[in-house]
Amino acid sequence: MDKSQLLERVIELVVDITGEDEVGEELDIDLFEEEILDSMAAIELLLAIEDAFGVSIAPTELEREEMNTINKIVARIAERL
Amino acid sequence: MSFYTEPAFFILLIPIVGFAAYLGVSEKRIAPFGLLVSFVMLGLLFSGQAASALFLIAFLVMTLVLGQLCLSRFQNWGKDSPQALMLYRIALGLQLAPIVIYKVGVVFNPSFLGFIGISYISFKAIQVLIEIRDGLIDILSPIEHLYYLIFFPVFTSGPILRSRAFMSDIAQALPREQYLDRLYRGLGWFVLGALYTFVGSPLASWFMWFVPETLNGLPALAFCTKVLGYGLDLFFDFAGYSDMAMGLGLTLGIDVPRNFRAPFVALDIKDFWDRWHMSLSTWLRDFVFMRFSAFALSKKLFSSRNTTASIGFMINMVLMGAWHGITPDYLVYGLYHGVGLALTNWIQKNWKFYKTHRHDTWFKVCEWLVCMVFVFFGFALFGGFVVTPILGLS
Repeated sequence: MDKSQLLERVIELVVDITGEDEVGEELDIDLFEEEILDSMAAIELLLAIEDAFGVSIAPTELEREEMNTINKIVARIAERL
Repeated sequence: MSFYTEPAFFILLIPIVGFAAYLGVSEKRIAPFGLLVSFVMLGLLFSGQAASALFLIAFLVMTLVLGQLCLSRFQNWGKDSPQALMLYRIALGLQLAPIVIYKVGVVFNPSFLGFIGISYISFKAIQVLIEIRDGLIDILSPIEHLYYLIFFPVFTSGPILRSRAFMSDIAQALPREQYLDRLYRGLGWFVLGALYTFVGSPLASWFMWFVPETLNGLPALAFCTKVLGYGLDLFFDFAGYSDMAMGLGLTLGIDVPRNFRAPFVALDIKDFWDRWHMSLSTWLRDFVFMRFSAFALSKKLFSSRNTTASIGFMINMVLMGAWHGITPDYLVYGLYHGVGLALTNWIQKNWKFYKTHRHDTWFKVCEWLVCMVFVFFGFALFGGFVVTPILGLS
C-alpha cells in the first residue's frame, strides 16, 4: 500500500467514525482541538486501524500530540506497517 | 512528619533542593540522590507508624516482584499467550487487592490498616503492569521501578506520574540549560503553590465559615456562599499542594505533570475534567474509560457508540467517586459527574442548536454559567452538604 492509498483509507476511517466529511480537506488541523475526535472516537479509530491495517496501537502508546492530525495518524501507521 | 504542612518539611527541602541543583547544574545525574532522599523522607513520614510502614514495604516487594515476573514471563511466553494472559490477570488482581481491601475495610472500621499514599502508589503500580502488558515497557530495573513508586514529592497525594516519562527523565543527566529551565519553573510553581495553600485556602475557608453566619434568615444564600467558599478552598488547597509537588519534582529533574489548569474557566463538564485534578482524570480516561470502551466496542456489548460512551463515563466517574471513599456522598458525587459527562457528550453530538451556536459569545457565557453551577453543586455533594443531611447520617 503506498502513501496516498494509506492516506485515503485513513480519511475514510475518520469520516466513518466522526461523520465529519471535511476532514480530508485539511490534513494538519488538530482533530481534538476542533472537537472532531474525542477519547471515544480515538478508541474507535485505534480499533478501526487494527482492523484495516493489522497495526495495533495501545491507548497509552502515543501522546495526543503524536496523533492529533490526519497526517500524523498516517505517519504513525506507516511507521508500524 | 507530614509533607507540605509542617515547617520541618520545608526546612529539610532547603538542603535537598540545594544539593539537587548543584548536581543538576554540574550535569550529574540527580536520580541516585533522589532515591536516597526519598527513602529518608518516607522514613520520616512513617516514623512511629510501624504497622503502616511494614504494609508499605510488603506492597513494594509485591509490586517489584510482579513487575519483574510479568516482564520476564511475557518475553518467554509471548505476551498474547494464554499463560501470559492468566499471569497478567492474577498480577492485576493482586495489585488491586490492597487498595480495594483498604477502601472497603475503612467503611466498616475507620482505623482499618492502610498507609498514607496507598491510593497514589496503587495508580502507579497498576499503570506499570498495564503498560508491560501493552508491550510499552520491555525493560525496567527494580531500582528504577522502586524510585518511580516512592519518589517523595508526589508520594502522598500525586500528581500521578506517567511511568515512561519518569523513566526517560531519570535515564541520564539533563543538559544544564534544560535542568536550569526545570529548576526555575520548579521554584516558580512551588512559590505559587505555597501562596495558594497558605493564603488562598485560609481566605476561602474564612469566607466559607464566616459569611454564611451573617446571612441569618437567608438559608439559600447562606448555602450558596458556603458551597462557593468550600469549592474555592478545595481548589486552593489541592491545586496549591499539587503545584508545590510539581515544583519540587521539577527541581529534582522530573517533569511532574500539571494537575490543575484554571478549572473555573471551563465551558462544559468535559472541559472541567481536562482542567481539574488532571493527572487523575487523564489516568482514568486512559486506563479505565478507553479500555472499557475498546472492550465494549470490540465485543459489541451495546447498540450504539453513544450508549457505550455514556456507560463508560458512568463507570469511570463512579469509580472515581468510590476511590475517594465508599460513602454515599462520594458515590453520588461520582454518579453525578458520570451523568453530567454522558449528557454533555450527548448534547454535543446530537443537539443541532449547540453545533450552530457553540462559537457565539453569548452561548459560551451561558454554557460557562451552567457549567459552574453544575461544578459547585458537585462540590456541595462532595463536601457532604447534601446527601448526608438528606439521609440523616450526620
